Amino acid sequence: MQIRPILSALRKHRLSTILIALEIALACAVLCNACFIISQRITAMQIVSGVDEAALASVQLTGYDSAQAADVDARALAALRAVPGVESVSLLNSIPFGSRRGTAGISTDAAGQHFGGVIEFYVGGPGSLQTLGTKVIAGRAPQTDDFHAFTSFMPDEGSVQITQALAEHLWPGADPLGKEFWMLKSHYRVVGVLKNLVRPDPTGWTPEQRQWSVFLPAQPGPYLTGSYLLRANSGDLPRVLRDALAAVAKAVPEVVIDRENSHALTDLRRDVFKNDRAMAGMLVGVITAMLLVTALGIVGLASFWVAQRRRQIGIRRAIGATRGDILRYFQTENFLIVSFGIVLGMLLAFALNLLLMTHYELPRLPLYYLPIGALVLWGLGQLAVLGPALRAAAVPPVVATRSV
Amino acid sequence: MFGYYLELALRSLRRSPGLTALMVLAIGFGVASSMTTWSVFRAVSGDPIPWKSSKLFVPQIDMWGPSARGSDGEPPDALDFADAMALMKAHRASRQSAIYAVSPSVVPAATGAFPLNVSGYGVYNEFFPMLDVPFLYGSGWSAADDASRAAVAVISHTLSQQAFGDGNSVGKTIDIEGRDYRVVGVLADWNPQPIFFDVRDTGGFSGDGPDVFLPFDRAIAVGMPNDGSTNCSVMPAAEGFVGLQQSSCIWIALMVELDDAAAVTGYRQFLDGYAAEQQHAGRFAWTPNNRLRDLPAFLTFEHVVPRDTKVSLLVALGLLIVCLINTVGLLLAKFLRRSGEIGVRRALGAPRAAIYQQFLCEAGVVGAAGGVLGLLLTGVGVAGVGLVLPKRIADLAHIDLSLLALTMLVAILATLLAGLYPTFRASRVQPAWQLKSN
Repeated sequence: MQIRPILSALRKHRLSTILIALEIALACAVLCNACFIISQRITAMQIVSGVDEAALASVQLTGYDSAQAADVDARALAALRAVPGVESVSLLNSIPFGSRRGTAGISTDAAGQHFGGVIEFYVGGPGSLQTLGTKVIAGRAPQTDDFHAFTSFMPDEGSVQITQALAEHLWPGADPLGKEFWMLKSHYRVVGVLKNLVRPDPTGWTPEQRQWSVFLPAQPGPYLTGSYLLRANSGDLPRVLRDALAAVAKAVPEVVIDRENSHALTDLRRDVFKNDRAMAGMLVGVITAMLLVTALGIVGLASFWVAQRRRQIGIRRAIGATRGDILRYFQTENFLIVSFGIVLGMLLAFALNLLLMTHYELPRLPLYYLPIGALVLWGLGQLAVLGPALRAAAVPPVVATRSV
Repeated sequence: MFGYYLELALRSLRRSPGLTALMVLAIGFGVASSMTTWSVFRAVSGDPIPWKSSKLFVPQIDMWGPSARGSDGEPPDALDFADAMALMKAHRASRQSAIYAVSPSVVPAATGAFPLNVSGYGVYNEFFPMLDVPFLYGSGWSAADDASRAAVAVISHTLSQQAFGDGNSVGKTIDIEGRDYRVVGVLADWNPQPIFFDVRDTGGFSGDGPDVFLPFDRAIAVGMPNDGSTNCSVMPAAEGFVGLQQSSCIWIALMVELDDAAAVTGYRQFLDGYAAEQQHAGRFAWTPNNRLRDLPAFLTFEHVVPRDTKVSLLVALGLLIVCLINTVGLLLAKFLRRSGEIGVRRALGAPRAAIYQQFLCEAGVVGAAGGVLGLLLTGVGVAGVGLVLPKRIADLAHIDLSLLALTMLVAILATLLAGLYPTFRASRVQPAWQLKSN
């Protein structure tokens, strides 16, 4: 296939060629960035929680007098444990994907000079780490004497389990066991490492911060009251939760059940990622519409060119060009225009990515998106031009002999 | 002449229905997608109180000092108890109110009813006239009620119906956190979005509006804890709600009404004077670092418009541009095909302006048709927003006359813009050359 005659023909239609290339370039820029945003959202939605979500549910109570806390706890726990199907019930201040009560900034020295980041303290009563089903991969799980009584926000000191991700952030490359950190005056020592334990509100944090959690064992106290984690057989969970809420309403009629936050963890998870799902869906819609419009534009312009060149095609056919030659001519022409657009589009994609990076905290676009975007657009171009090109190939040689 | 051009345009468009359909589809799609995202964007970035927002201000005072400041040097975005009370006591604005979120339980009057957990705010009496809060029955409480910490409450229509059933509940008694309050006012439906007087806790948007308003000092006196977010630079020395009141932790929003530029300057000076006074008294060890933003500026500062909405608006704009370029290409193809016809018209004496009129008229017809399709698709889009966006935001997006007009306008203007270059090319056609070649 000779490219030179195609190029000189395109020079005659400079503007239309530039327009199509521009369209492809814009489509390429938007496509790459939109796909990148979609993949970011999907990755976020698939975050590993580190807990047995399918078997867990949260029950949240509010509206009691704090002097009554111990009494409310006793009655609520007894009622919950009596519900058939409940495997265990624990007190836990924050719930993965649910209520958040333990967010605080820490430092890795007593003076508070070396800021370690804002993390989530999961303050839990005896048995709560087992109820969560979180795996301890190094060090030890909490022991009976690790659970300290406390009266304020959380215990002032303790032996804690931290996630792998947080350990790597605080002490890169070092063994976290035995290390210490501080939260204002409170002092904590690491005795175990957890594989994963997601924050209650992962969407509000950067991907690496989403696993910055600590499990801090504590005795039940006013600060933990009213926040329960329920474990049951996953198939039976909806029924168990319904019964549990009814049982609590009966056993502690004076409190208010926080229905908005009392759900199975799978439901809470779905709720947390609602916005990400919406955004991904919207972008898929826009991308589809854009590719469709681009394809339609190519079809329209190519049809016009074919109609305009009927005589020339007839002449070429008359002097010996095969149908395949004509078909390939239009396909190559399209390929050239699209390639031109893609080169421009890659620059535009990077510019758009820079804009999104500075204003919307998007990470840098990985390079492999560009060849994938290019392939998609080449394919789209070829598909769109196929119809007009086939029509061109069908032009009979006799056209050449007809006068206008 | 216009009518004649219109007829010509329709005739020409009918001659190539495929190309025409392509152009109309492209315009329709592009306009509909950008208008749908625009309707969402407009809903969330809208001014919740447009007639007054330029007179409402949010004072910020730096009570934490340079060590707690971020890289932008901004003071905290709320007040601690001491400073909020000092500003309230000074009473330098024409109206002002400290605001904090509460979440008391309410026991409905009916026997055997379960207690409800409601959301609400502790506010001062000037809150209601300052924000033009609409009342269905009764009104807000008086300054005297604030001073005497009277047990009065303003409740929402929904709560009134839940607690008392239909009808006017002003004067009735309601049980809030185990204490009796006299209802002095029932709100008409009032749920401004964004919830501009409490953006720190709600992020700007929440489902049902507030259910109960209590006198601020009363709520503090009975120890109704703060339900909103609390931020501290140092741990409170004492525990509990009383400890919080003695601490420098921030948890109170303050809004003031300032009627003219002089009042704004005056209030700014007052804030600086107050901070300087605190510096002299030894409470602040740093020079005053205050802010006094009006409401729109404060909402921008708090990033109330979701970032996602802006990104999708950007993407939709990209789509609209792609559609426009597409239309330019197709119109160009269509117009240049008719060089012969243009040549004849020019040879018969038509000036360039006439050619412009004829072809822009044709572009306008395509735009109008695209606009009509765009309207239909926008309707579908806005109705479908609920499927992909969170309900509380989707509920805000709606179609009104201005959106309809805007859709039409964007479609026609965009197509005319797209038609300009092809028309220019058409008007440059050399009559002699065209006549000869045929």
